[in-house]
Amino acid sequence: MKRSTILFSLALTFASAGAAQAATLDDIKARGSILCGVSGGLAGFAQPDDKGNWNGIDVDFCRALAAAIFNDPTKVKFLPLTAKDRFTALQSREVDLLSRNTTWTSSRDTQLGFNFAGVIYYDAQGFMVRKSAKVSSALELSNTTVCTQSGTTTQLNLADYFRSNNMKYEAVVFNTADEVIKAYESGRCDVFTTDVSQIYAERLKLAKPDEHMILPELISKEPLGPLVRHGDDQWFDIVKWTLFAMLNAEEYDISQKTLEQRLKSDRPDVKRLLGIEGNYGEQFGLTNDWIVRIIRHVGNYGEIYDRNVGEGSRLKIDRGLNKLWNKGGIQYAPPVR
Amino acid sequence: MTDVPVRREKLKSSWIFRPGVRSAVIQILLVALVVLIGWFIYRTTRQNIITQRIPIGFDFFWIESGFSISQTLISFNENNTYARAFLVGLLNTLFVSALGVLFATVIGFLVGIGRLSQNWIIARLCGGYVELIRNLPLLFQILFWYLAVLAALPGPRQSFTFFGDIFINNRGILMPKPMFGDGIGIVAAVAAAGILLSIVMTALARRYRVQTGTALKTWPFSLLLIVVAPLFVFFFLKVGVTVDRPELKGFNFNGGLRIIPEFLALLIALSTYTAGFIAEIVRAGILAVPRGQTEAARALGLRRSKLLQLVVVPQAMRVIVPPLTSQYLNLFKNSSLAVSIGYPDLVSVFAGTTLNNTGQAIEILGITMLVYLVISLVISFVMNIYNRRIALRER
Repeated sequence: MKRSTILFSLALTFASAGAAQAATLDDIKARGSILCGVSGGLAGFAQPDDKGNWNGIDVDFCRALAAAIFNDPTKVKFLPLTAKDRFTALQSREVDLLSRNTTWTSSRDTQLGFNFAGVIYYDAQGFMVRKSAKVSSALELSNTTVCTQSGTTTQLNLADYFRSNNMKYEAVVFNTADEVIKAYESGRCDVFTTDVSQIYAERLKLAKPDEHMILPELISKEPLGPLVRHGDDQWFDIVKWTLFAMLNAEEYDISQKTLEQRLKSDRPDVKRLLGIEGNYGEQFGLTNDWIVRIIRHVGNYGEIYDRNVGEGSRLKIDRGLNKLWNKGGIQYAPPVR
Repeated sequence: MTDVPVRREKLKSSWIFRPGVRSAVIQILLVALVVLIGWFIYRTTRQNIITQRIPIGFDFFWIESGFSISQTLISFNENNTYARAFLVGLLNTLFVSALGVLFATVIGFLVGIGRLSQNWIIARLCGGYVELIRNLPLLFQILFWYLAVLAALPGPRQSFTFFGDIFINNRGILMPKPMFGDGIGIVAAVAAAGILLSIVMTALARRYRVQTGTALKTWPFSLLLIVVAPLFVFFFLKVGVTVDRPELKGFNFNGGLRIIPEFLALLIALSTYTAGFIAEIVRAGILAVPRGQTEAARALGLRRSKLLQLVVVPQAMRVIVPPLTSQYLNLFKNSSLAVSIGYPDLVSVFAGTTLNNTGQAIEILGITMLVYLVISLVISFVMNIYNRRIALRER
């Protein structure tokens, strides 16, 4: 299903104002499913397999939300969106949230009218070149042609980087990630640039992935996270704390394997997290066992990372910054209290 | 003769059935409906924007864009505003459309006439061209030229080289660019004045011919005005010419004039596709001229060239121009498919990158629609004037 910005904008002008007042959570409950805007096909983040089942870390996040609300991770409808269409889709209420490897930036948080619910993946922008080009640093990329995707922070970082290093370049800008990698493979461009995680994923699409290398320079901060519209704080809280729940669960060693055993734990913080004590959950209109549901159906942060982009996946991306704060990374969730 | 009093029976019927009242009521209702829909759109948009706290307005135009564009007819860099990015995109759209219209017309007329040729092979070739081109989707053709033809060219280091200075590779076509010294503006102004004078002169000569029947030779004076005079000024002012040659430097060529493959692919696809339709329109136009006209002209002893010029073409044009206008409009609107191959047209630069970076979806799409609408109306307007000039004038 592919919809255009124009349609989404029409929705923004026609969609009934009455519905705009209703809380997103009530809409979701009435509808019986979450509408989750995802990437159109990015290995590790959101990609349908040959049977049409969606896989990826962004996909699993929406499943976790469905598990928390409905106790059923399948109650999600995934809408693949291009980078260009995604914001209009969220603004026009075509989706309840974007979980679409989207970088948290100031203008998106304010001017576009969104709230970022946290960071599910700390990424950075990098460059991929052909090994035959004999380049070892991004500073040698002067006078190159660079392929990139329209409407991304990538496009802007690229301009900043070459400008600040006084290097000449030509940017060829495409609409979809597929068009970008095709143009790069055909030789239209010397350089392919996007977030490093995405480079790993796109490299797998090339005929000979080994003939291409990723340069060591990382030119930007790309905190990727789920985002919702302004104007519904309850829904914003649910999305935000679902992400924190998955991080906290990993920190307290609550995984799909250890869940049953941890449910018997005496530790007060674990009891609070799992809803055995307190009313964490009812606070935002969910049940107290919502985290138990998330872990049972989807798993904790470490599990979804490993399964989709880490060692357990084809991408095998090192966890790096995405390790928990007490393991040398910067993933950190506020406490439950 | 006396008046015979006629007794008119006054038809007594309800006012509802009176045509005047009826049509007035229907029209009022229609207007009310349109206003109501408009008000509804305005209200819901306003409401949605307020609940989501999206700032609206056109201030974003004056923000620094921060991105670059691969083909710019006017200078553009990251420091320039979104307003200038809009202009760059608009000019790119107009540029590819204008050239597309030109090439589509030339190819279309050639193929259309060729299809009527006595030569069996030419007629069949032209027929085959029309059937093939008209029946394949345009997007497919654009992607074909871009991904299958132009992308298959060798890289910059293995470029095809012509005359030592023209390079063809998968980054486009590079050629030397003449760089003129000071005073080229004056030369251009002289040339422009020459063209203007020639047009006036030709018009006067034509009027003289119509009045007196004596044809005047004007082309030597036109040549003098358009070519010789500017050349004279050029040498008199000692305007120098240097040539900026493309040079391979590292990954790419530097300098020279470069035509990017996105532009080429789009131009080729748009012109050949639209030409297929124009060919059929031209063929229909020529066939629409009654045979008697040709025979009559021949009976008057006109040469074949005069016969075409004075009898067939003017009458064929009356049939050709109205549908030709729609084809020009189609070509112009189809140019927005550029977005699929990364050609920086208005839709890609403005309704794409700019929209995404600023989030002003309603304003930007509104402006984009308005631009397409206005330009389409201008094309129609110009073609209508032309149509009126060639239309049959009954005296």
